[in-house]
Formats: sequence, C-alpha cells, structure tokens
Amino acid sequence: MLWLGVAYLGALAALLITSLWMQNDFTGNIERVWTTENFQTLFTVDVYRTITLRTIGIAALVTLIDAVIAFPIALYMAKVASPRAQRLLVIAVLMPLWASYLVKAYAWRGMFSSNGPIAWVVEPFGLHSPGYGLFATTVTLAYLWLPYMILPVFAGLERVPDSLFEASADLGAGSWMTLRRVVLPMAFPAFVAGSIFTFSLTMGDYIAVKIVGGTTQMLGNVVYDNQGAANNLPFAAAVATIPIVVMLGYLAAARRTGALEQL
Amino acid sequence: MLSHGLRRSLTAVTAVVLVIVYIPLALVLLNSFNTDNTFGWPPPGLTLHWWHVAWESQGARDALWTSVRVALAATALALVLGTLAAMGLRRTRFFGRNVVSLLIILPIALPGVVTGLAFQNGFRTILGIDLSLWTIVIAHATFCIVTVFNNVQARFQRLGGNFEQASMDLGAGRWTTFRLVTFPMLRSALLAGALLSFGLSFDEIVVTTFTASPQDQTLPIWIFQNLFRPNQAPIVNVVAAVLVIFSAIPIYLAQRLSGASTEGLTGAR
Repeated sequence: MLWLGVAYLGALAALLITSLWMQNDFTGNIERVWTTENFQTLFTVDVYRTITLRTIGIAALVTLIDAVIAFPIALYMAKVASPRAQRLLVIAVLMPLWASYLVKAYAWRGMFSSNGPIAWVVEPFGLHSPGYGLFATTVTLAYLWLPYMILPVFAGLERVPDSLFEASADLGAGSWMTLRRVVLPMAFPAFVAGSIFTFSLTMGDYIAVKIVGGTTQMLGNVVYDNQGAANNLPFAAAVATIPIVVMLGYLAAARRTGALEQL
Repeated sequence: MLSHGLRRSLTAVTAVVLVIVYIPLALVLLNSFNTDNTFGWPPPGLTLHWWHVAWESQGARDALWTSVRVALAATALALVLGTLAAMGLRRTRFFGRNVVSLLIILPIALPGVVTGLAFQNGFRTILGIDLSLWTIVIAHATFCIVTVFNNVQARFQRLGGNFEQASMDLGAGRWTTFRLVTFPMLRSALLAGALLSFGLSFDEIVVTTFTASPQDQTLPIWIFQNLFRPNQAPIVNVVAAVLVIFSAIPIYLAQRLSGASTEGLTGAR
C-alpha cells in the first residue's frame, strides 16, 4: 500500500549511495567503488561554495520578500475584506498559481527584456532595464512562490479570533502594537509553513534561473548539468545532498514551531 | 478593531500587489498579438497571425497530447494510492504513524531537482530501466499522492467513522460500506485532489526533465526547449497565452465544488 513511499525513500537512499561512487573519466561509466572524492571536490572547489551560499542567500531573500508582501495582503483578506471580497481575493491569489510555472517565468523574461515594459518605464529617467541576472532571478522567484506564502498566512490569520483585537485595544494598545505583539506571534507558525515552500522551491529551482538569470548559476543548475551534459551522475548526486541536508535541517527547525500541522 | 489609516493602507497595498501580480500575465496575452516578433514595447501593431501559426504547429500539438496522457495516468495512480494511504493511516494507529505522514510530505518539501535526480538514478543506475512515459508517470504520481492524501485525510478527520460503523452494524460488508458510504462522502475531496494532481502534473517541468527520455516531450518541456529559439518565440508566446486562459478552468471548477475549494486547494503545492 505504501509502496510509493518506500520506492521514494529507496530512490533517495540510492541517490546517497551513488554519491559515494566514482565516475570513470575515460568511459563515462559509473564504477561502484566507494570514495568520498565527490564530496571532497564539492567542499574544496571555491565555485561550488559560492554557488551554495548564493542559492541559500537567494532562497532566504525570496522567503523574506514573500513574507513581507504576504502579510498585509493576508491580513486584509482575513480581517478587513467582506466575505464576498474575501472569496474573490482567494480566487485572485489562486489564479496565478494555476497559470503554468513556465509561463510565469517566461512572462518575466518579457518584462525584463531590453526592449520590454520595464525598460520602457525607466527609460525616461535615463535608466536601463536591470536585464537578466541575480536581480531578475530573485524578483521572478519571489513572484512565482508568493501564493504559497499568502495562502498559509491567510489561513493562520483567519484563526486569530476578532476578540483578541478588541482585548488588545481595550488594554490600550494601538493598531501597530496589536499587530506586533499579538497578531504576528500568533501567525508565526503560518509564516514558517509558507516559508517551507518558498525556501524549498527556490533551493531546487534551475528553470527560472535559466530563463531570466542570464549566466547566474544556482545549485539546481550544477545538478542538472552534471547529470546531463557532463554525465557525471555520482557528482550530481553529491551536489543534490546539499539541498537535502539544508531542507531536513529546515524541517526539523520548523517542526519545533508547530508549523508542520499547518501544511 | 484595526484603525482607519491601517485599513486603508492595507487596502492600497493589496490592490497594488494584485496589479503587479497580473501585469506579467497580461503582458503574455498582449504579446501573443504583437506584430513585432521580438516583443518590443509598446507593440507597434496587433495581429492574429501567430495564433494561426501556433494552431498549425505539430510539435505543440504532440506535446499537449503527451502532457494530457501523462497527467491523466499520474492522477489515476495518485487517486488510488493516496486514498488507500489515507484509509490505512486512519484505521491503524501503529507507532510509525507520524513518520509516515512526514514521509508523504517529503516529496513536496524536498526540492524538485532532488526528487528528479533520485528517480533518474533509481530508474537508470539502480534498476536499469530506460526512461519512458511511464517513468514520468511514476515520478509525477509520487508528488500527486500528497495532494490526494491531504484532501482525503482532511475529509476523514472532519467526518469521523460513525457512518461506516453504523453501516457495518446494519449488516453491510466492507466493500458495500466503501461503495455506498465511504466513497460518496469522499467524492468532492477526491475531485479536488484529482483536479490539483492533474494541474500539478500538467505543469511540472523540473522532475520531468530528469525522468523523460529525449523523445518524450511534455508541453512544459516543449515550451522550455523552444523558448530560446528566436523564430519560435511568437508561437511559444501563443501557447503560453492559451495556458494562462486555461488556468481559469480549474478555478471555476473548484468554485463549483465550493465546499472542497477552501480545504482542497490551499493545502498543498
């Protein structure tokens, strides 16, 4: 019954084992000899450290941007909008989620192109479009994963009872104070739940980077290029262990905040 | 409860962000009519030419058909296995219950490259199977199971087991109970799960690139491969515009299922 779960875990385990094998440079075949060579390369070559840090940095930045944008919208949806408006807003947030991932990344390629709308808007000010690169990648990824943050935070804020707002106001707190001291702490697990998606999805992305990132590389690109063009599956497997370790650490930390129940 | 100024600024921020969210999508729609095939802005003129060309494109048609078949197969597999997993976890209270729940979430919590590479490695290096449509289906089904499982489990938690016990007390066997009691209770949850699974599989590209053989092109892969070819760009844009319009369909369907929509469509990726 749970054979797929087993199959999935099996595949993951096999991946870890493969990362300890080596590749024959001449034949391109995988030799089943135990070695830590792949991991040594990974830790000693500067490029990989830079890419790892960059990937984690972008993932954290994207998560932060999404959290900052998601909070006011989710708060508006949960506590200000009328029930009818709330329904419409949920649809409005969900709709881009169903639009193809690729189409959205592609749309931003159009936005950032050298003769596209962004260039058109900033040109009168003597500026150019920022072009394809780290900035475009971060914007696109933040755009792509925004709904994954809004929806859990909205669900979390909806569970904060109205009476708490009144109680806080009765005790003399202003709106800002209430938000900071009452609402944010209660909604925190919801933010963490949303961040699991934004963080993990960014960690593993390589398509959006290819479309709007110019020559920027992220961990996903290294994995993809090594299994494809370079045909070095063991090394790709070794690289793939980085996101696994990071995400397991992240999930373990998220568990402590009780966020996993909110998924 | 919130001050007037704060409410107003929340309204403003929401409006601005929603506009920004929809601008790129509107741009894709508009560019599909752009006469300039490098998509200069503002468009020098509008034309239906590219829509005609895209309609004739055999590559796009084949890729669409492949995607539909893969998504249907993955959804069917996920419906069966996801429901069984949810039912199994509900009845038994064995010690690893939480572990199994976590395990089922893992395919969506881990990045796509990891899942994709794990499957490719599993199929090719370990099992020695050549990549085909079926390897895509199996890989897709793995993360589709999560959505079905989440929906069905949420429904079980809400309904409890009383109806089924009543049914058994009245003399119905297990199978009759499932057919006449359990299944009707689950129907809308299953529909929502199926809808999500289909959408996820139809849209998925990362895992697909790792588990597809070079001959098997799903629609996302076709788009991705033609994206960087200048003379194909307008056709890709039309396909993208069609996908944007299509994305309204599942939302519409979900609203029709209304009860299922809030619980079903927010749960998983």
